[in-house]
Amino acid sequence: MTVQELAGRLGWELLAGEGGCGREVDGCYVGDLLSWVMSRAQAGNVWLTVMGNINAIAVASLTDSACIVLTESAALDAEARARADQQEIPVYTTGKNSYETALAVAEALG
Amino acid sequence: MSMLSLKYEVPGDDFTRAGEASSDVKHKLKQLGYDPGAVRRVAIAMYEGEINMVIHAGGGEAYVEISPEEVEIHLVDHGPGIPDVEKAMQAGYSTAPDNVRSLGFGAGMGLPNIKKYTDDLQIETEVGKGTTLIMKVRPGA
Repeated sequence: MTVQELAGRLGWELLAGEGGCGREVDGCYVGDLLSWVMSRAQAGNVWLTVMGNINAIAVASLTDSACIVLTESAALDAEARARADQQEIPVYTTGKNSYETALAVAEALG
Repeated sequence: MSMLSLKYEVPGDDFTRAGEASSDVKHKLKQLGYDPGAVRRVAIAMYEGEINMVIHAGGGEAYVEISPEEVEIHLVDHGPGIPDVEKAMQAGYSTAPDNVRSLGFGAGMGLPNIKKYTDDLQIETEVGKGTTLIMKVRPGA
């Protein structure tokens, strides 16, 4: 399933990084401590977090995450938005919390 | 034999630019068709090192030598040095200030992550003079 298909199914709203939406999704990771995430998230993961700063974009890029989903409507700052567009890393927002979102991802990915 | 020599300035106190050097190295290694596992390890270790330089040392320089056998990275700063390297290497030990923690760093994972992802790590440090990290990553290792 692609990032775009998953996002459409789960009702996430795209904030930035549209160029990367055709990417295939492989699994999911949840976390907010960037060093921790960096050492554990795997390529292709949907990454659920509340960290919407430019460093989160760097971590998504370095780990080759498929996309970032900002849960509980956490904010994406302007610099992060620009970097996500430039690096084509999709960033979505949802009002649901990380637990609910992870459950929905698990169900959608089967 | 070195395939590529790179040098970067790591800006001090600028979190928005931290990661530029490691992103660029990652990109170049990919272009060279380098082993993907090694690319990931280089990128993570170097980014952690860059963040450390921004948080603790007011920036510095990164030197990267890429050869088919290994990637060797020297991260050189002129910051305060590390008084107790053994302590700094412990997972969870951090001297990062609160504003850094609110950005998602400062979990005491930086040096442990670098150690975990490199095949060789040497730390040369002197209090009041600065710190140099020398890390090596070998493909397939």
